[in-house]
Amino acid sequence: MAKLRYAEALNQALREEMQRDPSVFLFGEDIARYGGVFKVTRGLMDEFGEGRVRDTPISEQTLAAMAVSAAMTGTRPVLEIMYADFMPLVLDALINQASVYEYLWDVSMPFVLRTQGGGGAGAGAQHSKSLDSLVAHIPGLKVVAPVTPADAKGLLKTAIRDSQPVIFLEHKLLYNLRDDVPDDPDFTVEIGKARTVCEGADISIFATSRMVLESQKAAELLAADGISTEVIDLRSLRPLDLAAIKTSIAKTHHAVVVNEGWRFCGYAAELSATIMDHAFDDLDGPVARVTLPDMPVPYSEPLEMAVLPNAAKIADAARATLR
Amino acid sequence: MKNSPSTTERIEMHRKMVLVRRLEERLGELHKTGKTRGPIHRCDGQEAVGIGATAMLAASDYVTSTHRGHAHYVGKGLGVHGIAAEILGRETGYCGGRAGHMLIGEKASGVMGGNAIVGASIPAATGMALSIQVRRASDVAMCFFGDGAAQTGICHESMNIAALWRLPVVFVLEHNQFGLTVHHSVQSPVADLSIRGAGYAIPSEIVDGNDAVAVYRAVATAVERARRGEGPSLIEAKTYRMQGFSTSDMGGYQSEEDLAAWAARDPIRVSFTSLVDAVGKERLEEVERAAIAEVDEAIEAALEAPLPTFAVYEKTAPYAETL
Repeated sequence: MAKLRYAEALNQALREEMQRDPSVFLFGEDIARYGGVFKVTRGLMDEFGEGRVRDTPISEQTLAAMAVSAAMTGTRPVLEIMYADFMPLVLDALINQASVYEYLWDVSMPFVLRTQGGGGAGAGAQHSKSLDSLVAHIPGLKVVAPVTPADAKGLLKTAIRDSQPVIFLEHKLLYNLRDDVPDDPDFTVEIGKARTVCEGADISIFATSRMVLESQKAAELLAADGISTEVIDLRSLRPLDLAAIKTSIAKTHHAVVVNEGWRFCGYAAELSATIMDHAFDDLDGPVARVTLPDMPVPYSEPLEMAVLPNAAKIADAARATLR
Repeated sequence: MKNSPSTTERIEMHRKMVLVRRLEERLGELHKTGKTRGPIHRCDGQEAVGIGATAMLAASDYVTSTHRGHAHYVGKGLGVHGIAAEILGRETGYCGGRAGHMLIGEKASGVMGGNAIVGASIPAATGMALSIQVRRASDVAMCFFGDGAAQTGICHESMNIAALWRLPVVFVLEHNQFGLTVHHSVQSPVADLSIRGAGYAIPSEIVDGNDAVAVYRAVATAVERARRGEGPSLIEAKTYRMQGFSTSDMGGYQSEEDLAAWAARDPIRVSFTSLVDAVGKERLEEVERAAIAEVDEAIEAALEAPLPTFAVYEKTAPYAETL
C-alpha cells in the first residue's frame, strides 16, 4: 500500500494495464509528449512508445468514433477527452454508434473514454460542468466516477478490462488528493458496487464524484445537530448499485441525492425517480435533491461558490426532508 | 495494365452487380406491397462502385458502409438471403431483424457495417485502420461515403488523422451527385471533391464509377499502398443515383436528360459490353439468369422465414429489476 495522488493512481492503472495487455493503447489531446493537461499520462509515451500513446489533433468527434470502431476490431482504446464540457462533441459516437452495435451485431466494444468535469477551479462556463446525465442516459455505456485514489486505480483497471464501453468521469479538484492505493497489480474494483463512506441511522446521502467529499462534511455538520447520516459513494453511475441504495433507505427512511450537474432532467433527478420506483414504501419523506442550479457556471469566485453544491446546502436539504 | 482484374474476377463482379440490381428491384416491389418496413435506399446505377471496390479485399479486411449499402454488403461477401431476410425483419437475417437494411453488420465477413448517420462511416473506418496499425496487422479498412457525407466535419477530421498517422484506410467517395435531393453543386463549390486530398497529402484519383474495372484498378492500387504501410488514398468514383434517395422520395429534381444519359451508361451494360467478346453472350446471360434466380429464391425463402420474438437486451439494461 502506497500513498498516491489520484492522478498518480490513474497513471499506475494505465501503466499496469498496458503492461498486461498489448492491445491497450491511449490517445487524446496533449497526452503523449506533454503527459496530459492533468498529468495522468505522464511518462507513458516514453515507456510504451508513440504507437500506443498518441497525441491527437483537436478532433473529438472523430476520435470518439475511432475509439468505438477500434474497440470492435481487436484493440482496447483508452481515449482522453480533456474536459467533460467537450462531451457534446462526441455524443454521436456514443449515442448512434457505441450504443447500438453490441445489440445489432453481437460484437464486444471494450473502450474507455476518460474525461474530467466539475467546478471549483475558476475555469468558467465552458470548462467547469458535470454532464454525467448526458452519458448515463445512453444504454450500453457504463459510467463510473471514482472519488478516492484507490477507487480511481481499481475502477480504471476494471474499465479497461470490461468488454463494454465505459465512460470514466474524473474531477479536476480530485487529482491532487492523496491516499492509500494498493500496489497489487491484480487489485481491481468491481463496476456497479457503491461504497459506504460512513454509516448512519437517520438519513442516507447518495452522492457522486467530488460531492461525496462535500457529503462527508455535511454528515459532520448534521452530527452536530444529533442527526446520524449514512453517506454512500455511488462510484458507478450506471449500472447503479440498487441493492445498496435500498438497504440504506430501509435503515434510514430518508434520502438526499447529490450530483454536481444541472437539476432539470439531471442525474439527481434519475436517482430520485429510481428511489421512488424501488424504495417508496421505505421512505418517510420526500427525496431531497442537491444539484447545480440550471444556469451556466460563473467565473468569479463568490459567484461560482454560490452555485456549486456544498456541505452546507446538502445539510440544509437533509434537515428539510427530515422535518 | 497493372492491377487489372482477371476475366474470372470480372465475371464475378458482373454476377454480383446483377445480384444487387435484382435485389434492389425486388425490394422496390416488396416495399410497394408493404412487405418491408421503413425506407429502402436503393443503389441502382451505382453497383460498379461497391462491387468493383471490394472485389480484391479479403474477409479479414474491413468495410464501412452507408445507408445505401447493398452493393457494399454483397461485394464484401454477404449472402443475399441474410440481407433480404434482415430487410424483411426475419430471424434468419444477418442481425436477426434487429438492424434493418441501413445497419447490417457481420464481423466475420468484415462488414462493419451499414451506417445511417451520414458521414459516420468515415471515422469508423479510420478507427478500424488505427486498430490494424496498433495490432501490426496487414489488413485494410475501406470506407464508402457519398458526396453528401464529404461535407461533414468528421470527414475532414478523419482524413487529417488518417494521413497524419499513415493509417491503412482507403476512402472510396461514391459520388452519386445528390445529398438526398440536393445537387452537389448546391452543397460544395468544388465539383471534383477528390482535390481535397491534396490538403491532407492523400493521393487521390477520379474514376468512372459506372465501370467496375476502372474502380477495381484504382482501388486495388490504393489497397496495396495501404497494406505496404504507406497510408490512405482517396478514390472519387463518379456515378449517378438512378432511383430516389429512398422509397419515400417523390422525385422531381433529377432531369430526364441526365437520367437518360446515365441509363445509357448503366454499369451492368458497361460490364456486359466489355466482357462479351472474351466470355461470350450465352455464358454471360447464363450468369445473369443464375444471379436473378438466386435473388428470387433468397427472397422467397426469406418471406417464409420466421419473424423474431422480442427479448429485453440484458447487457444494456440499467439494472436487473427494470427487466
